[in-house]
Amino acid sequence: MTNHAWILLGVYFLTLLLLSKPLGLYIAQVMEGRLKYGGVIENTLYRFCGIKKDEEMGWLNFTLALLFFNLLGVIAVYLLQRLQISLPLNPQRFANVSPDSSFNTAISFVTNTNWQGYSGESTMSYLTQMLGLAVQNFFSAATGIVVVIALIRGFVRHTASTIGNVWVDLTRVTLYILLPLSLVFSVFLVSQGVIQNFVANKDIQTLEVTKYDNPKLDASGQPIKDAKGNPVTEPAMTQTQTLPMGPVASQEAIKMLGTNGGGFFNANSAHPYENPTPLTNFFQMLSIFLIPGALCITFGRMVGDPRQGWTIYAAMSLLFLAFAIGAMTFEQQGNPLLASLGTDQSVTAMQAGGNMEGKETRFGIADSGLFATITTLASCGAVNAMHDSFTPLGGMIPLASMQLGEVVFGGVGSGLYGMLVFAILAVFIAGLMIGRTPEYLGKKIESFEMKMTSIAILVTPLLVLIGTAIAVMTEAGRAGIANPGAHGFSEILYALTSVANNNGSAFAGLSANTPFYNVLLAIGMWFGRFGVIVPVLAIAGALAAKKRISVTSGTMSTHGPLFVTLLIGEVILVGLLNYVPALALGPVVEHLVLWTGH
Amino acid sequence: MKTILRPAITLFLLLSVLTGMVYPLAVTVIAQIFFPSAANGSLLEKDGKVVGSALIGQNFSGSQYFWGRPSATAPYPNNGVASGGSNMGPLNPALAEAVKARINALREADPANAQPVPIDLVTSSASGLDPEISPAAAEYQIKRVAKARNLNYEQLHQLVIKHTDSRLFGFLGEARVNVLALNLDLDAELK
Repeated sequence: MTNHAWILLGVYFLTLLLLSKPLGLYIAQVMEGRLKYGGVIENTLYRFCGIKKDEEMGWLNFTLALLFFNLLGVIAVYLLQRLQISLPLNPQRFANVSPDSSFNTAISFVTNTNWQGYSGESTMSYLTQMLGLAVQNFFSAATGIVVVIALIRGFVRHTASTIGNVWVDLTRVTLYILLPLSLVFSVFLVSQGVIQNFVANKDIQTLEVTKYDNPKLDASGQPIKDAKGNPVTEPAMTQTQTLPMGPVASQEAIKMLGTNGGGFFNANSAHPYENPTPLTNFFQMLSIFLIPGALCITFGRMVGDPRQGWTIYAAMSLLFLAFAIGAMTFEQQGNPLLASLGTDQSVTAMQAGGNMEGKETRFGIADSGLFATITTLASCGAVNAMHDSFTPLGGMIPLASMQLGEVVFGGVGSGLYGMLVFAILAVFIAGLMIGRTPEYLGKKIESFEMKMTSIAILVTPLLVLIGTAIAVMTEAGRAGIANPGAHGFSEILYALTSVANNNGSAFAGLSANTPFYNVLLAIGMWFGRFGVIVPVLAIAGALAAKKRISVTSGTMSTHGPLFVTLLIGEVILVGLLNYVPALALGPVVEHLVLWTGH
Repeated sequence: MKTILRPAITLFLLLSVLTGMVYPLAVTVIAQIFFPSAANGSLLEKDGKVVGSALIGQNFSGSQYFWGRPSATAPYPNNGVASGGSNMGPLNPALAEAVKARINALREADPANAQPVPIDLVTSSASGLDPEISPAAAEYQIKRVAKARNLNYEQLHQLVIKHTDSRLFGFLGEARVNVLALNLDLDAELK
């Protein structure tokens, strides 16, 4: 790693650390209803909606209401895409999106995955982007926070039958946390060059004429191929460049803060209109971990023991730092096959060097490697470099980051509830080892909680591995592969890993906008999201109903270095071990081939 | 179920209006008042005509201009409405072939230059619209451009330095040269 990479990592982590506590305490204040302002807007909303804010819900009603709210999101996003040609704010006159792609995208944005089978700048109208996709960026983020707050209440309350009012929680998260942060962040982004307008795309005349080979299309718009299967082309030229326009900054802000990751443009945060400078890049990275980090502090505050929050924070931080160092190191090594062609991949004051295929000049290696680690450890999935073109081990870092189960900071809310599920598992296993009834934060962990914990932990690996098996065994699945050899397998494994963990980044060579992938991946996203949320809320309900047991000298401590170690061990063993055989077939084989040459 | 329906639907609609219409409109108003140039695409003008954006790279292949990062957009490079990378894996034979072809094109345009080629000048960017190259990649091209324009090395070297942004605060991002701005300046100042 270069010196500036070390400084970047250090400054990034310290900034995150400094911001976590104040924001975490603020979130606790909001969610416990201790905020002093804003009551008028909030109460007006409740009156319109017929919500009684003091009426709380049991876990089952809470879950049903939340699922129904998310289902409405699926319907809204689906319809906006299917009807966009007849709706306003479509200056490029984009056609309605196909049924399977619309379905996939609707599920994708509702589940906080933001997997994108389409490319934004040539598919979605401004209205679809802002009223469909960006709204779900808010709602899916709010959903995650609401679920983790409910789980925390499960620990805090005792002999209680309710875990909160889902409408009040959703409203407060949106009004007091997500909207203000997004507003500030989007204005900052505009000041740096992220666009924000409603005008149509602009055609400009370029300095030089571009000559190129244009693929010939048949009557149905499919490329014509010659006898060898190569596309037939004809020489063409252009001196026009179309600059994309649109309300990007407002969407970009919540895309990062809500760990959504669905770009306005196909190139996502690599696009200069989404992420124009190293400074925007730094704050985009910061905004991904901002709320997930703060929620650890919120947790400590709400359970009345800040050490519990910092313990989780420490476990997450250690894993994060290890993965980040890995990604930045591997990418700096470059590609031995290109070195032999007469290129210079060394680091100097004049260039970043390393593996620059699929990376932007302004980000180089350090800022791209760090971004890739953060975006995949959090279930964000925005990319500022193309992961498909990473070195084998550099690309394995994002893949493994997702396979940990998105619990290292993770998605907003989902990262913490995922980690708390691992904490429950950790006290259970530790309890077995020392022969005591496991307990966590004064609550006995019993058979029901462990069943739900098992479901929550196992549902994603099952979806990933079975889905990958289906895709590699079928013609339709293999048809999407772009790169030959082991890398093609990695592309499929990455796609399934990404959707089932609700990340949304891709080895983007895979052609996934087909009915097969749109349906398979949508199933992965839906069950990867709600297959975890429902058991987590069930745990919340069960814990809230329990009596609190007092701390004795025999109680195992769940803060401090020992528990941090236990937690990290648990996450790596249970989270990652499931995937070792699959990783060996993909990136590991590829790494060996690349460096030995056969 | 009935107790869920009304709050769910009305809250969904009201919060949608707030986050999906009021919020983006508010940001647009603020952006257009305080940062109109940035909000509208950081456009560059020449003789009163828009010739591009400072943030969106253009394709250059003539000897008299500095070339930018290769672009993998379809069907032509630097297509503004088809952003994306090549997505080729490191072992993909097509990647090595593409890099070889780019090296050959550079060598053909400047046969006297036998230095190793800076890697960013022969690998495609992530967005396909990267507006910048490394200072090494600019330096590599100075002699070619100088010859094509009958200028001396020092004049061009100074111009490149003028268009070089260094790493922010010493640790954020990379040093870089904006290719379109540099080429526009070339046309304007050093005819």
